[in-house]
Amino acid sequence: MTLTPDFLDGNAAAGDLESVFGTDMTVATGRCRGCGQRMSLAQTRAYLRGPGIVLRCPGCESVLLRLVRSADQMWLDTGGLDYLRIPAPQ
Amino acid sequence: MARTAVSRRLGGGPLRWRAARLTDRRIESEAARTLVFEVPGWPGHVAGQHLDVRLTAEDGYSTQRSYSVASAAEDENVELTVQRVSDGEVSPYLLDDLALGDLVELRGPVGGWFVWRPEQTEPVLLVGGGSGLVPLMAMVRTRRAVGSRTPFRLVYSVRSPEYQLFASELRRGDPGLDKTYVYTRSAPPESPRPPGRVTASDLSSAGWPPDFEPTCYVCGSTGFVEKAAGLLVALGHHPGRIRTERFGPSG
Repeated sequence: MTLTPDFLDGNAAAGDLESVFGTDMTVATGRCRGCGQRMSLAQTRAYLRGPGIVLRCPGCESVLLRLVRSADQMWLDTGGLDYLRIPAPQ
Repeated sequence: MARTAVSRRLGGGPLRWRAARLTDRRIESEAARTLVFEVPGWPGHVAGQHLDVRLTAEDGYSTQRSYSVASAAEDENVELTVQRVSDGEVSPYLLDDLALGDLVELRGPVGGWFVWRPEQTEPVLLVGGGSGLVPLMAMVRTRRAVGSRTPFRLVYSVRSPEYQLFASELRRGDPGLDKTYVYTRSAPPESPRPPGRVTASDLSSAGWPPDFEPTCYVCGSTGFVEKAAGLLVALGHHPGRIRTERFGPSG
């Protein structure tokens, strides 16, 4: 008997992230403010069961990014990331 | 050739919902069906990409799920192979209730990370668990559609033969594609391997030596992906050449 972890990865959040940033974010890279690990957003742990999206660091599990949307507002918190490097739209 | 690689959407263009009409539904296994959609204006996809499906009820309640595209990048239609989650909200509707001719909304394709492009020339190892085979199948089909000679090896871990996806299509075989089946619960009598979860020796005997520098694509449940990717790293594959996608029973 093993417990199934309840996270997916950043790929599963690709549509919502792209609708905010206007470009594919799964290949965007960021650095975790908690442990310094660098990763593409595709490699983050995505928790999607709640009212929004939470991406956590695969290394230290700190929260990297939160995105919550209502009918007319979107709230974005990227405070867990030192930076995001986003490929410029072509 | 109506479409070229240039037209394929990989970010940059606006991401918007499009109406998609169900034109066919095929049985893939006991619990999975392939849904074929006609999507006017579909910009085309790259093998491995996925899309979001949105269903809206008459009272305005709407919900969405992400599914990998199963069809080759060259295909006109968009095919999704969906596994039933029996207590799910969306998959039973898509599999049982959506009638031919009905419309849903699709958004995508999205994701440029877990993709295989025919320009890639390095050997490829595909490691799929359960319905995690779907985006890998898009890669196999795209390879076939463009006549690529890039050597592919597929390791497919599945509970038992009844759960196997795309069984007859894979049985027909593709030159340069080697297949290994890992049955986790019950194996057919001719299987050379007793049932059990994927091991390091499965991946080393059926995969590529690390010094061939293959790109490894691993897709399945989170538990499967963590295990298989960990085994590949332990076998000496560089983490930068292992691409993973975790599938959940999102319902």
